[in-house]
Amino acid sequence: MKSHKKSVVVLFAVVFMMMGALILGSSVSAAPPSGSSITGTVKLDGVAPHQKGIDMSKEPSCAAIHKDKPAMMESVVAGANGGLANVVVYISQGLSGNEAASSDAVTLTQKGCQYIPHVVALDAGQHMKVVNSDSTSHNIHPQPTKNAEWNKSQPPGSAPFDVTWANEEIAVPVKCNIHPWMHGYIAVVKGPYGVSDDSGAFTLSNVAPGSYTLTAWQETYGTQTQQVTVAAGKAASANFTFKAK
Amino acid sequence: METKFMKSSLLLGAASLLLMSAVSWAQMTKYQEDQRLNMEAHVGKYTGHAADAQANYRRYCVGCHGVEGDGQGENAQWLDPQPRNFTLGQFKCRSTPSGTLPTDEDLYNSVGRGFDRSVMPIWNQLTNQDKVDLVAYVKHFSSKWTTEKAGEVFPIPAEPEVTADRVKAGQALFQKLECWKCHGVEGRANGPSSDTLQDDQNRPIKPYNFTEGSRPKCGSTDRDIYKIFMSGLDGTPMPSFIDNVKPDEAWDLVFYLRTLQPKNAYNMKERAIAKQLGLKPIDPNAPAPAAPAASSGGQP
Ligand code: HEC
Ligand code: HEC
Repeated sequence: MKSHKKSVVVLFAVVFMMMGALILGSSVSAAPPSGSSITGTVKLDGVAPHQKGIDMSKEPSCAAIHKDKPAMMESVVAGANGGLANVVVYISQGLSGNEAASSDAVTLTQKGCQYIPHVVALDAGQHMKVVNSDSTSHNIHPQPTKNAEWNKSQPPGSAPFDVTWANEEIAVPVKCNIHPWMHGYIAVVKGPYGVSDDSGAFTLSNVAPGSYTLTAWQETYGTQTQQVTVAAGKAASANFTFKAK
Repeated sequence: METKFMKSSLLLGAASLLLMSAVSWAQMTKYQEDQRLNMEAHVGKYTGHAADAQANYRRYCVGCHGVEGDGQGENAQWLDPQPRNFTLGQFKCRSTPSGTLPTDEDLYNSVGRGFDRSVMPIWNQLTNQDKVDLVAYVKHFSSKWTTEKAGEVFPIPAEPEVTADRVKAGQALFQKLECWKCHGVEGRANGPSSDTLQDDQNRPIKPYNFTEGSRPKCGSTDRDIYKIFMSGLDGTPMPSFIDNVKPDEAWDLVFYLRTLQPKNAYNMKERAIAKQLGLKPIDPNAPAPAAPAASSGGQP
């Protein structure tokens, strides 16, 4: 008699737990935004303008790093198959405005007296780590118009420092006064973004379904836009072509 | 007849609407200007009011800094460096971190000091109250002062006694932090990067020459020098070193910089120590100064 009662209780408990697990399970699987991605390629139509080699003889420790392959200016970086690198692709219209900044930090490294990457993109409010892996001092001197301007030195061996940007700005030029050939860009965007690689390929991930204006920015050629519609659970695609000037 | 009346009254109505909106537009901007003229500054026991500085600004400052405070006064075209553009809210002389607004006291000191190697004059004819009012007026040109607070003043520990060890440690810092890349190994403003430096208006700018005897823009005292390299001079290539120098070590660097200057009211002791040590300019090509005491001692 008693054991019978017990087993009923156990049975109930098990059923409850299973129900609970079901409810939990379904809510967990619904939690991540049904984010789709936008992928595509940026191409350069025509011949890329000649990029000058950089004379780093004033900074022997950096010149040594490039002694086998001289460093080049990077205002247009064309890769294999006509791909165009360092193009920032972002959503300029159609966002809800509730997109949270990514919690991963991006990194801007000074190496061989160049900025790596040459163009870094991040969300307003996202953290950026600035690293000096050279054996010379750099001063990091961004020249923003919509964010606060600052100028900090970073001697060799010093710890990376952390920066955030309050306002969207595409893009903030960054320079080093000690090494006048050093130029880079920090693109501060809102929402999903991608930067094209050497083959011109880019990906924007976690895009909620909707219709958007997509903008591609390149430091020499300026911007291009196009409309793109993203359906739930389906990857969308968009390609850009910049004409060589 | 009736239609004519209606037409003209319609016209009249439209005209008065236009007039009204023009008037309210003018009132709006007037209102905003008045709002900004409420700007205050606080220095010691003085409270400055922007509205009270209008006459003095027109009399003493407008020729260089301009009616709009944009640095484009009628004399500006002949000036190098250019007069400060107050609408940007960016200043060289601060006791606050790079990228932040200076304190009212920082601005007050600038107005009182005048800038050497620049036409920015010293204003002996102005009273303290006049100067604090002018600080409020300088602030009223930029909306930054309504949306941001002044940066947090970084602490400066009490100045220690100058010793030979501190001067030597300061020299090691001058080498390690690579001040010489711009200022030169002897402080003569001839370092390898000195020729290519530009300010934010892309105008060529020279590093400070320590050996010339001119006053630093942001003040001549040990504390002023301390602040200069910790804060950096915003809008110029001179960066902030506050993340790279410990507060106590910063004094060592101040003491070493003193040895580069010709004799002045502040560097008697430092110069005597340098002479006693037979201090030589740094050699950037020498191996890293692991043991500065040993290497500087035996040299001819
Ligand atoms: C003859 C031209 C001239 C006049 C007159 C003049 N200034 Fe200046 N002022 C300058 C120049 C040039 C600079 C920039 C100096 C530099 O950058 O080295 C400057 C800079 C400043 C700064 C910036 C300080 C900083 O830390 O960046 C302030 C504040 C200032 N002036 C206030 C005033 C006030 C207030 C008056 C009137 C009482 C005035 N100035 C009159 C030429 C002038
Ligand atoms: C990237 C080049 C650069 C580096 C590196 C540099 N400076 Fe400067 N420094 C300058 C320039 C340019 C000025 C002049 C700014 C002006 O006139 O407005 C200056 C000015 C100064 C002044 C005078 C400021 C004044 O109020 O007139 C001092 C003091 C100074 N620097 C100290 C240092 C020290 C100490 C270091 C190393 C810890 C250093 N600097 C590193 C470029 C540099």
